[in-house]
Order: sequence, then C-alpha cells, then structure tokens
Amino acid sequence: MPTPTEAAGTQPSPAASSSADTPVIEFVDVEKRFGDNVVLKDLNFQVARGERVTLIGPSGSGKTTILRLVMTLEELSGGYIYIDGQPLTHEQRGGKRVPVSKKQQKALRTRIGMVFQQFNLFPNMTVLENITEAPIHVLGQTKAQAVQKAHSLLEQVGLPDKADAHPTSLSGGQQQRVAIARALAMDPEILLLDEVTSALDPEVVGDVLNILREVADTTNVTMLIVTHEMGFARDVSHKVMMFDGGRVVEEGHPEQIFTNPSHERTKKFLGAVLGH
Amino acid sequence: MSLENLYAQEIDDPTLIDEEEVRRTPFWDWDVAIDAFPSILEAFIKYTLLVTVLGTLIAAVLGLVIAVLILTLPKPLAWIVKWLANFIRMTPIVVQLIFVFWAFLGTIEPLTMGIIVFGVHYATYMSEVYRAGIESVPKGQWEATTALSMSPVRTWQKVVIPQALRSTVPSLGNYAISMFKDTPFLIVIGVAEMVTAASAYGAPLSRHTEVYTIAGLIFLAASYPTAVLVNRLEKRLAYAH
Repeated sequence: MPTPTEAAGTQPSPAASSSADTPVIEFVDVEKRFGDNVVLKDLNFQVARGERVTLIGPSGSGKTTILRLVMTLEELSGGYIYIDGQPLTHEQRGGKRVPVSKKQQKALRTRIGMVFQQFNLFPNMTVLENITEAPIHVLGQTKAQAVQKAHSLLEQVGLPDKADAHPTSLSGGQQQRVAIARALAMDPEILLLDEVTSALDPEVVGDVLNILREVADTTNVTMLIVTHEMGFARDVSHKVMMFDGGRVVEEGHPEQIFTNPSHERTKKFLGAVLGH
Repeated sequence: MSLENLYAQEIDDPTLIDEEEVRRTPFWDWDVAIDAFPSILEAFIKYTLLVTVLGTLIAAVLGLVIAVLILTLPKPLAWIVKWLANFIRMTPIVVQLIFVFWAFLGTIEPLTMGIIVFGVHYATYMSEVYRAGIESVPKGQWEATTALSMSPVRTWQKVVIPQALRSTVPSLGNYAISMFKDTPFLIVIGVAEMVTAASAYGAPLSRHTEVYTIAGLIFLAASYPTAVLVNRLEKRLAYAH
C-alpha cells in the first residue's frame, strides 16, 4: 500500500488530500514564545510547491525558529502550520485548538528534511550508516536500495570515497556535504537549510553552496533557507522574506529585495550585511 | 585484687596472645604462604571473582535500564524509580546483604543473594553515571534524529546510548573495581569469599600475615590489570580528533 510519503516523493498526489495549488507550507497566525519572550507573532505566509524561499534578517528575528517549527523541533505557542494542507502540530476541531496525533505528525515530518549549521552527523556511525539509517528504518527501504542511493548521493556531493569514513575524520565542509546527502536520502518534499555554511571555513563555503545550487536546479524540492550568503540567496531563491522582531518586514523577488528594497529596515540590514 | 594479680591472671588466659610466642615466631613463613595460596585462590575464583563479574554484568545492564526509565517514564513513575534507586544507593550494602539474607533465608542460595544484592546496589550507582552520559549527548544529535523521523527506540539504541557509553566507560570500570573490593562484606551472609577463606586458613595456625598478604596481592593482581584495561578501552572508544 503506498503511503502518502511515497506518493509525495515523486509528484503531487491527489490522494494526499492536496492539489498542485495547495501550499506545501502554510503558517496561519503562528505565534512562538520562549517564556515571556515573543519570538514570532501573528505570522502568516505560504510556500508553494517547488518554491525556494530565503529568510533574511538580523539574528534574533525568528528566522531559524521558523525552520525549527516546521521540523517540529520547537513547540508552537499559537496558530497553525499546515504541510500539504494537513495540520502539522495542532488542528481546529469543534472550535478548539487540539494537538494532532503523533502518527500524523510523523507521517508529515518524513516529508521534511533539514540540514543544520552544526551538521549533527552521528559520530558513532560511518558516513554510509548516517545516510542509510533513516531510509531503511523509517521509510522501509531495503538495505541494498538505501546503500545504492547513498553511494549515488555521495557521488553527487563529491565524496564518493568517504562511505566508510567516520564523520570525525572529515573536515567541516565534508561533514556538511554528508549531512546534505543524509537529508536528500529521505527524498524530502521540503528541505530546510539552517545557516548551513555559517560554521564552515570561508574557502569551502563555495563548494557546499554549489552542491545546493545543483540540488535546486535538478529537483523540485521546496526549500526554506536561512542564510547570510546573500549571493546564494539571490541565485537560488524565488522569494526573499525580510524579518525583524518576529514579523515579516518585506517580501519579494530576490532581485527586487536586493537591488531595490522598499523598506528602510531592509535597506539598513542589507547595507550592513553586504558592506555598503 | 591488685593490679599485679590481674596482670598475672591475664597472662595465663590461653585465649590471649602470648607475647613471648609472638616474638619467637617469624613475621613471615614461606611454607605457610605456599600451602595457603591454593585454597585462597580457589575461594577468590569461586566466590570473589564470580560475584564481581556477575554483579558487574547485572549492575551494568540494570543501571542502564534505570537511567533510561528515569529519563523516559512519565514524571510520577520516573520519580518512583528515582526514589527507589536513591534509597538503595544511600543505604549501606552490608545492611542490604543482611536484610536480604533474613528476608529470603532458605529460598535463595546465599551466593545468589550476594550476586543480586551487589548487582542491584551498584546498578543504582551506575545509573547515575549513565544518566550523566546520556545528558552529555549534544542536543543537535537528538534534533538530527527528529529531522530524520527516527523512532524513539531507534534513537536510543543507535544514537543516544552508543554515544553515552563512551563517556561512561571509565566510571563504570571504577565501580566494578569498587564492587570487587566490597566483596569481603559477603561474610555477613556466610559466603566464604577470599578474605573469609584466608582468615579461616590462618586462624587455626595462628598465621595471619601470610594469608592476608596473599589475599591483598590477589586483589591487587586483579584490580590493577582491570584498571589498565578500562583505561585502554577508554582511549579506544574516544573519537579520533
């Protein structure tokens, strides 16, 4: 029996209760508080299938929190997040906001992949085991399938001979490439990139970004990107959203945002980041 | 009765140590040492080593179970487990041995009791070591398992526990050695482990230095290599940097 996950990996499926125009990600009145500190307030936005959106803004503006909410790494304080039209954490039932079942959340979560700033590879496993663990034990692929896919992904990220290496023996740039391969091995519908080059040496940043550019060019994966690499953001994204104080200050096509920002806050931020 | 009389009477008491006799006999008698060695070694293998090895196995497994239960059970249940473990850890092992001895007299062999009590007692110590090890696993590792939708069982089994174990090996090794050195307490439940056996051999002959020296050396001969082994294991488990 095909699961929604398998169907989602290939093409928009009518069975998954979503049509091609259902947003892949939808935030409705999202609120996130850490204690008394309100990080996100009344946040509403949609991301269409295959769309690549970059979130920019000063640190503490809530960009990373958005990614973490989508990955269910943080609890939502208020509002709703929909993935393919289905509630990810809470739903409205009988006028009340109730949590969704763990099963539903997990089913949606398998469509989402994330690459972290600090790579977060499992140091007790080899590179190959890092990549094949979830495809085998979460998606139920056979070992042969998963291993074959892992080798082709390692080829894609330029590390064909590192399958049996341990992550700790790799450089930061290599570890991050493995982490990208690990996320892609799950055939995610949505890929979350959380400052993936911030912890890297400047000379390897380009390699990692080129791999991600290639992923953007060759797949239809929806991307939500938090980065300080404005060149990369401009190249790969369809839309840029400028955040400040937990709210969207401005959004638009990257060309417009980067060359002709309309909002004073955006101008100031880009001036500081781009150094002019 | 004058003090002199009292003194004279005490000298005649055969149960008291005859100082003259003590002065005449040598401090160390090789013949006694050589004769005593096999029976002391036998007691070491049959009781001391057996209790330590099986006790450590029980402690290592049960300690991990306790740690994982405390960290995963719903709060009230976790609290009960924690409280029980604290209770066992905070009471002396001798008391526990005597209690179990009288509570289960005639139903469980004393040797089995000893193994269980040592295993459970040290499990409560080892659970704290495991808990610290588990808590030292970086948050990013947990987040990666969520991002990959790994099941809780798989997360614990493949990511958290293997990484927690690395940092716990030295402390677990130390507790094993500590347990080993506590085995003479088995005398309170009538298990003739090595030190009791040494005493039983030496007492009728009035030879004490040889038998206890041998017991001490056997302890050292077993503890030291264990410590070295733990040290090596620790180095081998450390990640390459």
